Amino acid sequence: MADPASLNTLAAIDPVGDRTGAVGHMDGPRGRRPRRTVSRANIFLYGTLLVVSLYYLLPLWVMVMTSLKGMPEIRMGNIFSPPVEITFQPWVKAWAEACTGINCDGLSRGFWNSVRILVPSVVLSIAVASVNGYALANWKFKGSEVFFTILMIGAFIPYQVMIYPIVIVLRELGLFGSLWGLVLVHTIFGMPILTLLFRNYFASVPEELFKAARVDGAGFWRIFLQIMLPMSLPIFVVAIILQVTGIWNDFLFGVIYTRPENYPMTVQLNNIVNSVQGVKEYNVNMAATLLTGLVPLVVYFASGKLFVRGIAAGAVKG
Amino acid sequence: MSTTHDEVSSLADGPSVPARRPVRFLRNWSAKLATVPMIATALVIFVGCTGWTVIHSFTNSKLLPKLNWAGLDQYRRLWSTPKWYVSIENLAVFGALSLIFTLVIGFVLAALLDRKVRGEDVFRTIFLYPFALSFIVTGLAWQWILNPELGLQSVIRSWGWDSFTFDPLYNARIVIYGLLIAALWQGTGLVMCIMLAGLRGIDEEIWKAARVDGIPTWKTYTHVIIPMMRPVFVTSLVLIASGIVKVYDLVIAQTGGGPGGASAVPAMYVMESMFSAQNLGQGFAASTMMLLSVVIILIPWAYLEFGGKKRG
Amino acid sequence: MLVPNHSVRIRDLTLTFGAVTVLQNLNLDIHEGEFLVLLGSSGCGKSTLLNCIAGLLEPTDGQIFIKGRNVTWLEPSERGIGMVFQSYALYPQMTVRGNLSFGLRNARIPAAEIESRVARAARILQIEPLLDRKPGQLSGGQRQRVAIGRALVRDVDVFLFDEPLSNLDAKLRADLRVEIKRLHQNLDNTMIYVTHDQVEAMTLADRIAIMRSGKVMQLGTPDEIYNRPQSKYVADFIGSPSMNFLDGHYEQGMFRSGDLNISMQGYKLGAPQIADRPAILGIRPEHVATGALVSAAPIQGEVVVDLVEPMGSDTLVWAQVAGKPFRIRMDGQARVAPGDRIPVGLDPSKASLFDAKTEERL
Repeated sequence: MADPASLNTLAAIDPVGDRTGAVGHMDGPRGRRPRRTVSRANIFLYGTLLVVSLYYLLPLWVMVMTSLKGMPEIRMGNIFSPPVEITFQPWVKAWAEACTGINCDGLSRGFWNSVRILVPSVVLSIAVASVNGYALANWKFKGSEVFFTILMIGAFIPYQVMIYPIVIVLRELGLFGSLWGLVLVHTIFGMPILTLLFRNYFASVPEELFKAARVDGAGFWRIFLQIMLPMSLPIFVVAIILQVTGIWNDFLFGVIYTRPENYPMTVQLNNIVNSVQGVKEYNVNMAATLLTGLVPLVVYFASGKLFVRGIAAGAVKG
Repeated sequence: MSTTHDEVSSLADGPSVPARRPVRFLRNWSAKLATVPMIATALVIFVGCTGWTVIHSFTNSKLLPKLNWAGLDQYRRLWSTPKWYVSIENLAVFGALSLIFTLVIGFVLAALLDRKVRGEDVFRTIFLYPFALSFIVTGLAWQWILNPELGLQSVIRSWGWDSFTFDPLYNARIVIYGLLIAALWQGTGLVMCIMLAGLRGIDEEIWKAARVDGIPTWKTYTHVIIPMMRPVFVTSLVLIASGIVKVYDLVIAQTGGGPGGASAVPAMYVMESMFSAQNLGQGFAASTMMLLSVVIILIPWAYLEFGGKKRG
Repeated sequence: MLVPNHSVRIRDLTLTFGAVTVLQNLNLDIHEGEFLVLLGSSGCGKSTLLNCIAGLLEPTDGQIFIKGRNVTWLEPSERGIGMVFQSYALYPQMTVRGNLSFGLRNARIPAAEIESRVARAARILQIEPLLDRKPGQLSGGQRQRVAIGRALVRDVDVFLFDEPLSNLDAKLRADLRVEIKRLHQNLDNTMIYVTHDQVEAMTLADRIAIMRSGKVMQLGTPDEIYNRPQSKYVADFIGSPSMNFLDGHYEQGMFRSGDLNISMQGYKLGAPQIADRPAILGIRPEHVATGALVSAAPIQGEVVVDLVEPMGSDTLVWAQVAGKPFRIRMDGQARVAPGDRIPVGLDPSKASLFDAKTEERL
């Protein structure tokens, strides 16, 4: 606290009249301090951001440009320059004609395989994980936390450790090589992160709401379906984004647990681009690569902030 | 204290015990039933399958898994295989560099974006979009850019710098840096996002206090903000590290392990042993080593995260 | 003996979480139509007790009876209770009507019956115009009304309130407090009300149970709790500003503390004869007579004013008695300044005397 003496001097220097603004004019700075918009700090800041942006945008630019050029132009020119003559032939070829092994029906086969894998995997994994998360948040029972901890630790185990025994399990279940086997694998390996996501979300729902529902005579499923589900739409969207990109981008499980005719798009893409036979058609390769990246990119640009929320939720442990 | 106790005892144990006595095990049976998939996954997959692999790494399984004990033979053979050494070395170099660069770039970008930048959303979208793409797409895109005859190298040479040489995909000594560039492109956006969330979580008043105290911005970052963000750094570290151990798709797509096996990684070694070399025992031993490395990363983290809290 | 009709009785209730004992062998009888307030600071177990009565927590040991029925093992919905929560706990995606009828629909009550019960509750609580809105469109006070309505439609004998007014601002809280009191007068249900706010407790309760570390410290009417606190804890807890305590000795009808000698004549001792012992004298700040009233007080003295806190309706004066801070509540119109010497008076019949060791009332 200021001592009374200094308060007195202050009052003497600055009599009431001044402080209340009765004196019309005083010297010195007034109002907003002038600031240059193009300061050195700002040049550095935006300069850095722009240069870095270039690094991130470059591959996309190169891919798009390459995919729109003809092979002669690619051999002649530079990968950064836009096409002199735009051609969509590479896209058509990548989609419908590119060869993997004996099949020459392009990436479309892989695309539809991926869709057939994606839809049930997303639905099943989210259905299972949301119920898990709900049970863990609101219906704890003896041991439930133990299983959850195992699940969380399991998320860190390298897939390679579990791959082979899972082949055996799937074979025993008669699912090895089928789409449903892969759906099951995606459900299993999506479970830790999704369960965490849902558990944390449902745990953040006020406990009293849950209590009120119990007083109202609602049980496990009724509370889940009628109270929790309708209010957790955002977290379901986050989970869907997470799963759609994750499953679409999967390569490892696709290559191991399905037969070639069921290979997802990523596996087929790799087989097309990295096949050793024939002349390398870089434009077709890039068109194929872009086609494969299109689904997650659309999800990414369409979902905007929710995507960020999804990965933040996935990254920051509860 | 002042409740009446005596007149009640006769009442209390006698009447109106509900007809249905809840059985412990059956309480919340819906909840227990609903978590069966989770329990099965935890026990069968994470505990069961992991244990199975570890156990079988001590056998001489070849084409089929058999319980013919071979002691530490597989490990001895593993550690005398040059290819395994190359894989480990690659992983170490790649891991260390990508860890450092991801953390540094991620933090710097987040700090820059946190300076109330105009168009923050646009920049963030640009930095993060590669994360939406698969490693296969990433690898193929960079494979093309780093193509020595037609890619970046030839472009720079055509601009007049004739001696410019950067051909990591064809040069065994620097191939790992080719992978690194691609991996950083794909993964730094994620860390930036986590860091940005961490920075946003810091109380605005810390900044005000630092400003009142006249502490320069950079010093505020190094002395105040970064120490405060320790948990965020730890989370990022664990995330990056556990991702590094799993690196596989990227190498397959970008280099295929080449040139001449120079960019092999442990995950590839495992896959090849198991599915093409028909040497399951080797695969199991190698994957067990991968598991061990994760354990070595995780234990200090778990200790820091959870052990510390209990003491505090 | 005339035994009143018991609505809720709690027998030897114990609840432990691992090594932590939250409720300890607790017994409580609540009469039919009584408004009982469970009062205590946070962590005293009052909400836990309420949750046990509701069936939302499972006791480790003991029994709970509601209307003579042992409900210890029953589901919350089967116990004949309605509950109102602090955070309202309205189902956000349902309309007010949906919120009110959800429990009834779960109980498969015929639609016409639901309709009439909802209409009745809405009329009583004056929320009829809100029935088709969602909770997000309601103000805090309206939400809490709906929450009360949800208990009302259940047509139950026992209402449980878990700090229902704590989320509201001061003015609204005062308004709703009166409404709850009026509701109780009209409905005549048993109400068990948890709060940490002593004003709510004093104004609403027929009886107050003051709780501390899982035990009931004192159960009594607001008047008993305020005027005859059975322990130093209760005395300290109730009343704002809180009671002054003087450490000293009880010797043959006198309380001595340092130079101070106070005759306890007029004080009603709990037992006819009390041995000399170390004791604590408690005097409420509002029971210290000042101004013109001093002359009527049995004991008179003088204190020096240390600090003055004017609060409008009254003024709190800090002074020193027996070397310790001593609060005196004076009329808001009194004009005193630090350093003033003011005459004060005490009435032992309004004071409380506690054993220094057990801290129980003498």
